[in-house]
Amino acid sequence: MRHLLKNLGLYALAAWASLTLNFIIPRMMPGDPASAMFARFAGQLQPEAIEALRAAFGFTNEPLLQQYFTYLSHMFQGDLGISVAYFPSSVTEVIGTGLGWTLLLSGTAVLISFGLGSLLGVVATWRRGGWLDSTLPPLLSFLGAFPYFWLAMVLLYGLGYTLGAFPLRHAYSDMLAPELSGEFIASVAEHMVLPALSIVIASLGGWMLGMRSSMVGVLAEDYISLANAKGLSQGRIMFHYAARNALLPNITGFGMAIGFVLSGSLLTEIVFSYPGQGYLLIQAVRNQDYPLMQGIFLTITLAVLGANLLVDILYVWLDPRTRAR
Amino acid sequence: MQVANQSVSAQIGEAGGVKPAARRSPRTGLFWQLLSNRKASVGVGLVLFFVAMALFGPLLVSHDPGAFVGAPNEAPSAEFPFGTTGQGQDVLAQTVAGARTSLAVGFIVGLVVMVIGAIIGMTAGYFGGWVDSVLSLLTNVFLIIPGLPMTVVIAAYLRPGPVTIGVVLVVTGWAWNARVLRSQMLALREKDFVSAALVSGEGHLRIIFREILPNMTSLLMSGFISATVYAIGAQVGLEFLGIGDVGVVTWGTNLYWASNNAAMLTGAWWTVVPTGLCVALIAFALVLINFAIDEMTNPRLRTDRGWTRMLKLNKLEEGLSTPVVRRHGR
Repeated sequence: MRHLLKNLGLYALAAWASLTLNFIIPRMMPGDPASAMFARFAGQLQPEAIEALRAAFGFTNEPLLQQYFTYLSHMFQGDLGISVAYFPSSVTEVIGTGLGWTLLLSGTAVLISFGLGSLLGVVATWRRGGWLDSTLPPLLSFLGAFPYFWLAMVLLYGLGYTLGAFPLRHAYSDMLAPELSGEFIASVAEHMVLPALSIVIASLGGWMLGMRSSMVGVLAEDYISLANAKGLSQGRIMFHYAARNALLPNITGFGMAIGFVLSGSLLTEIVFSYPGQGYLLIQAVRNQDYPLMQGIFLTITLAVLGANLLVDILYVWLDPRTRAR
Repeated sequence: MQVANQSVSAQIGEAGGVKPAARRSPRTGLFWQLLSNRKASVGVGLVLFFVAMALFGPLLVSHDPGAFVGAPNEAPSAEFPFGTTGQGQDVLAQTVAGARTSLAVGFIVGLVVMVIGAIIGMTAGYFGGWVDSVLSLLTNVFLIIPGLPMTVVIAAYLRPGPVTIGVVLVVTGWAWNARVLRSQMLALREKDFVSAALVSGEGHLRIIFREILPNMTSLLMSGFISATVYAIGAQVGLEFLGIGDVGVVTWGTNLYWASNNAAMLTGAWWTVVPTGLCVALIAFALVLINFAIDEMTNPRLRTDRGWTRMLKLNKLEEGLSTPVVRRHGR
């Protein structure tokens, strides 16, 4: 329990730190978003508009500390400002549309690669030095060395463009309106195959190797010898005795990996024009839409923190030793 | 490595062989072990190949990477072995020229990240107390905040260019190293040779750098390598997004232009494949070296062919225990 509370404090601090970074970074940089925006629309905006823009971005002439508190109170009210590129939508509205897609895509991809990678790790370690154990680690780490987005491009070319087996872009068919129908869900699933596959291929190796090294440690434990001496079936020892315990360190890695994969899917989303957070983030950067950019950074951070917290809770639930203390 | 060996022998002279590191003869040092490891030698070979390519490659390629020398999207031919880009530049020349900036930024960032991570992690681990609390908290916060989105946001405000990207990558990349080195420091600090040095009146700095640091060589090296892998990958990713100077030829901007010209939708795979393969090969080579270092420091991870063969010869069932097979001559 203490472990959980300590981590909760850490997450709160990290959330505060990223909020503060979001406040400080634009103010430390030369120039400000309002002037940049003004320059972009040169001639179309009245000179008076610049003050209104500055106020809209939260750059006022008030003392910095006061600006900071205004900023924080806006954040807590869920008011992230107005998007420049999607004017007059608020940042919250724009992010609302992207977050769901990102969570769907990375969530599916992480679960598949975690499950499959761990399973491969267990099976490969069980027959140490066997063909699986000698071919998979180098192959998967070679695949893992490719940038996520590059694999996405190659999959797009091979399976999407040349073979025409999967759609090339967007999250669902343009012919359909978002609704809860079988047809729509099928279209979403079809559009998700290639982006998810690229993430799975790139991250599979990490899971497998992590599982492998912790399995190696577990297999040396006495209770495995005992289970063998008892004459339990090999399958039972492999999954109920060894894999179960070897999985625990991997669960901690799971929390961190969510952060990596959320970031990695950012690039994959660009390749497939998948309308998630990453795609929006780059649109925001290209349009110099600073409020949207910061809002997205904040939601990605919060999503990662939330995911880590869930993993922590899961860990306490899975490992009785953390509960005893 | 010559330097390291000298320092090892220097320690033997001073400390009288108290430390485990001091008893090693030069031939079994990390460097020699690396050379005799198959994974490591493949890795080192590949890295040397790419470094040579970055240094001398541009002198050997006949076309200027930035010049428009052919028709757009020409397939690989005798004149353009890797084809041309959507703007008619030579892909081979661009791939070779791209290695320079990408590798330079990668290795420099890797080195700086390793040094900063080492300073923060080792300080935290060595001094403990409130120093440790503050530094660990900072490390953990930086570990949790997702790096790439933060990098994108910071880089969007700064003037694009390799230096900006390098700085941003250092800011977002140091924390992992700091954490690893801190925990190693915590373990080493409790060893007898540190107590002995303390009692004999050595200063903190001297203990950290002369007594403890040599025992961390392999960790520092693998920290440097993984930071470099991170830096190369993240840099390519950022440049692919167009954050960076798109006028400079690097592996990342090559992919940016390929994507901008919709290379994969016009079938111009040759603009994408060479650069991607280079990124993957250098990263893979570095990862191989890291595996080798891991195997040397953690004997449990060794997959010795000899072990499997021995099991088969003796008709033993495999998979029951962990092989800790000593290599001959150790």
